[in-house]
Amino acid sequence: MKLHDPLTRYVVRLGDDALIMGHRLSEWMSRAPFLEEDIALSNVALDFVGRARLFYQYAADLMGGEVTENTFAYQRDVRDFTNLLLCELPRGDFAFTLCRQFLYDAYSLPFTQALCKSADSQLAAIAAKAEKESRYHLRRSRDWMLRLGDGTAESHERCQNALDQLWIYTDEMFECDALLDGLIATGVAVNTASLRSEWLDTVTETLHAATLVIPEAQGGVTGGREGIHTDDLGFLLAEMQFMQRAYPGLQW
Amino acid sequence: MTSATADCIPLLPIEELARRRRRHESSVGDIWDLLDNVMDPEIPVISLYELGVLQDISREGNAVKLVLTPTYIGCPALGIMEEDARAALTAGGYHQVIVETRLAPAWTTAWLTPEARRKMTAYGVASPEKGGIACPQCGSVNTEVISEFGSTACKSLFRCVACHEPFDVFKAI
Repeated sequence: MKLHDPLTRYVVRLGDDALIMGHRLSEWMSRAPFLEEDIALSNVALDFVGRARLFYQYAADLMGGEVTENTFAYQRDVRDFTNLLLCELPRGDFAFTLCRQFLYDAYSLPFTQALCKSADSQLAAIAAKAEKESRYHLRRSRDWMLRLGDGTAESHERCQNALDQLWIYTDEMFECDALLDGLIATGVAVNTASLRSEWLDTVTETLHAATLVIPEAQGGVTGGREGIHTDDLGFLLAEMQFMQRAYPGLQW
Repeated sequence: MTSATADCIPLLPIEELARRRRRHESSVGDIWDLLDNVMDPEIPVISLYELGVLQDISREGNAVKLVLTPTYIGCPALGIMEEDARAALTAGGYHQVIVETRLAPAWTTAWLTPEARRKMTAYGVASPEKGGIACPQCGSVNTEVISEFGSTACKSLFRCVACHEPFDVFKAI
């Protein structure tokens, strides 16, 4: 599925981030360390999948014809997905999932705040809803960073290990490309590069309070925006898309 | 970073004033009244209007047009709310119904009336107030969070330190 219209590509990109993040979180259902946390992870997953649906519905409206939100979720292959690599990494242990969530939430809050000011009114409306949820997500994931980082020796070690593994994937959040440059110029897209200092302030403050150390790793891994993914996204899609691939158009 | 606005419910916002005015000045007051019987599927003591989901009602030819605003983007109850509203309208003799989902202005807990909050508290769901979160069982504000997320997208889970009862709290967003 080749998309040409810049706005549609941007909207699908935002939908891809939300869907893949939501799916990874949903994998925790019935596997979380305790019941309340199981519910929390499912709730956050639901917020992200809901966000993805709004972006995909909007993209479908822009394209017209037979395309629906499901077309984007179920009928595209791995190279057509343009989500951040950070979102697709396997869920790992609980520390890894929460650490990823914190790094993303700290980005998602200023991102949705900035998108509220988009020249595109539908994107601004979606962002206004998402921003309230992101604020709530960040409060929870920050709290977990403190509990895990400043918790037991084992929770600290697992959290620091997760941080060390995830750090090289954070550069991609602030990467700009030709698509973004064009849409930033017309006031539609968020200039993600400009969010970096706010993100780093939030992350630095929290990691310091959690007795964790900011990794020194340099050289970010990127490629997700161009459809160049880790092996893991293919496995995720194989599971998520199986039913619609095997029985196209199947409904509940 | 985390702002104080998430911890308390501010004064009545302008968009909520506009919504109440729409109802007050509406030419289809009977349909608003009819839909007062349609309750939130998860908190069945407050109506879609009281919850702030029902934003506007108008006539388009023979059809009735409803404007709904979701509480949470991924809330599965929105579909049930729409079905229940359609069923109530059909039972009331309105057979053609158009439902529009509107995202902006974004739904907020601030739209809940004090009366809606009292009803929720009586039902066992606390709502955050400036003075803290009071246990709906014994009224103590000596309460603590168990989980930021509860049984539905709109609730978190708390525990009363005084009477030891766990209870749902409507999340303030």
